[in-house]
Amino acid sequence: MTGGYGPIGAGLAAIGAGIGIGQVGGKAVEAIARQPEAISKIQTNMIIGMALVEGVALFAVVVALL
Amino acid sequence: MNNSAILKSKIFTRFLICAFFLVIGAFPLPGFSQEKKPEVSAKRFDPKDVIMEHIADKHEWHLIGKAYIPLPVILYTDKGFEIFLSNRLQPAGSVYKGAHYNYKLVGNKINVTDGAGKIDAAANKKMWDFSITSNVASMWMSAAILLAIFISASSAYKKRVGKAPKGVQSFMEPLILFIRDDVAMPNIGVKYARFMPLLLTIFFFILFNNLAGIIPVFPGGYNLTGNIAVTFTLAIIIFLVVNLNGNKNYWKHIFLPDVPFWILPIMWLVEISGIFTKPLALMIRLFANMTAGHIIVLSLISLIFIFNTLWVSPVSVAFVVFIDAIEVLVAFLQAYIFTILSALFIGMAVVEHHQEVI
Repeated sequence: MTGGYGPIGAGLAAIGAGIGIGQVGGKAVEAIARQPEAISKIQTNMIIGMALVEGVALFAVVVALL
Repeated sequence: MNNSAILKSKIFTRFLICAFFLVIGAFPLPGFSQEKKPEVSAKRFDPKDVIMEHIADKHEWHLIGKAYIPLPVILYTDKGFEIFLSNRLQPAGSVYKGAHYNYKLVGNKINVTDGAGKIDAAANKKMWDFSITSNVASMWMSAAILLAIFISASSAYKKRVGKAPKGVQSFMEPLILFIRDDVAMPNIGVKYARFMPLLLTIFFFILFNNLAGIIPVFPGGYNLTGNIAVTFTLAIIIFLVVNLNGNKNYWKHIFLPDVPFWILPIMWLVEISGIFTKPLALMIRLFANMTAGHIIVLSLISLIFIFNTLWVSPVSVAFVVFIDAIEVLVAFLQAYIFTILSALFIGMAVVEHHQEVI
């Protein structure tokens, strides 16, 4: 294959982001189901976890664009 | 009345804001009445060029349509300073004869050329570009607006001691208390008050500039936090604060952690590279999130031009609205994440041995 492989890398990074965020979100939802009173704490930590996972995926996108 | 009272008075901040806009407006503005020659009609729409043009830094402040404010170009060549307005370099490709050398705009960069427009690479290397570009001017504007908001909030606190907050105060107070109670105190511990100004500044600076990047028209529409130099500077500030405030406990954890002696060399490698990669990750996370968001929005709008029909526009606009909503969330989230990670790193640097923060 000739041409740049950047977009392929970006797509693979998107798969990684999808898996990671799906895991974080899924475990958070399970935790909320187990203990609905803790919903706000769980939600805060879920958002932080998602942002960090997204950050790693975006490092890969940045490198893919370069 | 001593000097700090003048600096904190409302009149002074309003004066600063008016002075800023008057100074910008005092430059001659031939750009407004300039007519563009009709473009060659068979040019295909290239989304990459349009997107890069909107995201990258430029030497003029683009307002609406073809109207723009030309910004000063400040160059330091080996023969001395060179200052002129950027509209001397328009239309693209024209050569401006300056006091020391001739200059031409190639893309976004200013190059030194000889009289006929051929680029002079040797002199280019010795030229430093200190221009007031669109990012610089918009950063000053956002700083002025932030100063106005916070100085008025703080003066309102002084005047209304003990009374309920009103106006700007009541809008800022929940955010400031949120930063203090949920970000600074849990992560930094007892000494949080020293670092509150830094954390508050970082949070509101990033938040304000992120939100302004989402607004398409004049007081917004600039891509400041998507400029890696800006996020690099913020990361350098965190790097310096963390390492200059590191106490003995912090350095002990880095150089002599509690591990078997034969692992120590690997630990040194990991810990010392960790000192650098933590701010680096902060920098790239913010830059990539903001730039990716802008690229997505601009690409979805370019869909209309790529398909070249009007019927794509409802679909495209629906997508863009959806992505813009996500962008607002990401704006808040990235400001919050930057702040809380900075607080975490500062906390790790100043924690005492017997009060390890969980």
